[in-house]
Amino acid sequence: MARRIKSPTPIYSVKDMLNEQSINKILVPVVNKSSAVVPFHLQIKGMHIFQKAKNKILPMLAEKPQFVETDIPEAHQVALEDIDVSNPFMFRQNKWHSYFKRLRDECPVHFQPNSPFGPFWSVTRFEDIVFVDKHHDLFSAEPAIVIGRTPDGLPGETFIAMDPPKHDVQRQAVQGVVAPKNLKEMETLIRQHVCDILDGLPTGQTIDWVERVSMELTARMLATIFDFPFEDRHKLIEWSDKATNSPEMAGGTGTVDEVFNAALEAAKAFAVLWHEKAARKKAGEELGFDLISLLLSNKDTEDMIKRSMEFIGNLSLLIVGGNDTTRNSITGGVLALNEFPEEFTKLKANPKLIPNMVSEIIRWQTPLAYMRRIAKQDVELNGQTIKKGDKVVMWYVSGNRDERKIEQPDAFIIDRKNARNHLSFGFGIHRCMGNRLAEMQLRVLWEELLVRFDGIDVVGEPEYVQSNFVKGYAKMMVTLTAKDSSQ
Amino acid sequence: MANITFVEHDGTEHTVDIEEGKSLMQVAMDNGVPGIDADCGGECACGTCHVIVDDRWIKATGAVSEEEQQMLDMTPEKEVTSRLSCSVNLSSEMDGMVVRLPEFQM
Repeated sequence: MARRIKSPTPIYSVKDMLNEQSINKILVPVVNKSSAVVPFHLQIKGMHIFQKAKNKILPMLAEKPQFVETDIPEAHQVALEDIDVSNPFMFRQNKWHSYFKRLRDECPVHFQPNSPFGPFWSVTRFEDIVFVDKHHDLFSAEPAIVIGRTPDGLPGETFIAMDPPKHDVQRQAVQGVVAPKNLKEMETLIRQHVCDILDGLPTGQTIDWVERVSMELTARMLATIFDFPFEDRHKLIEWSDKATNSPEMAGGTGTVDEVFNAALEAAKAFAVLWHEKAARKKAGEELGFDLISLLLSNKDTEDMIKRSMEFIGNLSLLIVGGNDTTRNSITGGVLALNEFPEEFTKLKANPKLIPNMVSEIIRWQTPLAYMRRIAKQDVELNGQTIKKGDKVVMWYVSGNRDERKIEQPDAFIIDRKNARNHLSFGFGIHRCMGNRLAEMQLRVLWEELLVRFDGIDVVGEPEYVQSNFVKGYAKMMVTLTAKDSSQ
Repeated sequence: MANITFVEHDGTEHTVDIEEGKSLMQVAMDNGVPGIDADCGGECACGTCHVIVDDRWIKATGAVSEEEQQMLDMTPEKEVTSRLSCSVNLSSEMDGMVVRLPEFQM
């Protein structure tokens, strides 16, 4: 398999005595309590120092998987029990199709006891995924939704990884930012940004679509949502990328130091933004429809800045949630239309198909491959017994290609019937909060692309991100052909 | 024949026949009533078949389960008589019922 684990000799007795979770349990409330007096970027710094010290005392906690890419064998060459779909090179080497198909057909609820991220169950069929996603009473989203773990000492408190009732309160406090009346205002702004970006693209030469369009548009959209200084918008992308790139979380290439430093910078910048808005509110100014204004206008969240872990957790959730997902769907849509050129012809002949195509892009791409849960009790699922405390991974990327639910699941069909019935947004109480914003952004982008360009041709192979969680692209070169204006 | 009326956000009315045993969502989909997405296909897991039932008829639609309530709480467009139409099973007693559609499904 394509991984090698470098780890110091574990000292299990010490680990048992000084269990990591118990340390964090004690630490996090202390940090939140002290945040009223200590600026929280200093607390993050403190956590970082503490975490480094902890790793020195307890080296097995510093045990981090390191991933070195090797060729992944074909799915049929591997014994069923040895299949490990947590391999962060599955997407890059395009092996995920055959591995997940084999699991769906032969062992739809599959146990892998020895992954670099510890033992985990894979749920691979559409219907089983819906079952797990719906049953938050059986499967907890705490403490994290990636296969691995968030860096020690920086758990962040975010509602995507919370169970009710706390989840409900936190989500309701921020969901207004993507409420219909806000989306209407945002659509005008987003269209202006889209036009500005597309009008600046050269035709007839090769450009990186990821950098020029996908990342740029996502950065501008995030800056709009947060009312973040426009000239610093790329910082949002950088922080988000670093926050999800640590190897022990999902097999990325980053380091824990990078995660901490990104959190530190983000915390500082957002604290400044918060205090500016709070001062304007105090002066009686009317607040805008950006996220921080919204948090300041709600009595449950108006003092969130005093709860540092919650503050940084919720802000990072919304940045990360709006970053990788939209960016990779913007790129994925272009790639899909290149792999299925007859669909591009169909689209150009009938632009009314755009909204339906947007759903199909989101299914076909599945920009986040899974969400993870922990069983709260023993659960029977498709013939297997998942034990209380076991890790359960709902592979949306597999369910979205389940032949039992979706006809010709590997085909990209822009006028597919029931295209909306996909798993990419998740189901149940954790369903994607930004789904309508995401759809709107993609719709506007395609509306504006079609009036400008006749061809968007992918040149060579795209470069894929190393991760088992983010199914995305680092680079994709394209050549644009202008639309004949005489037509 | 017993029927129900869906009123779109812009006031357009769609009157459809009641088919007993089917859900309110299903008859809306079968009759091409716009404004209901039903992304999860009737699992009470997405909240995109939200309707607002006329006050006079809310009792007839039956009790709201905890599961449905949780999904309804996630939409900013929720009103007192909001229901997920996939969780309302039709009966002939609902003859004449009027339900409104929200501006957006979330």
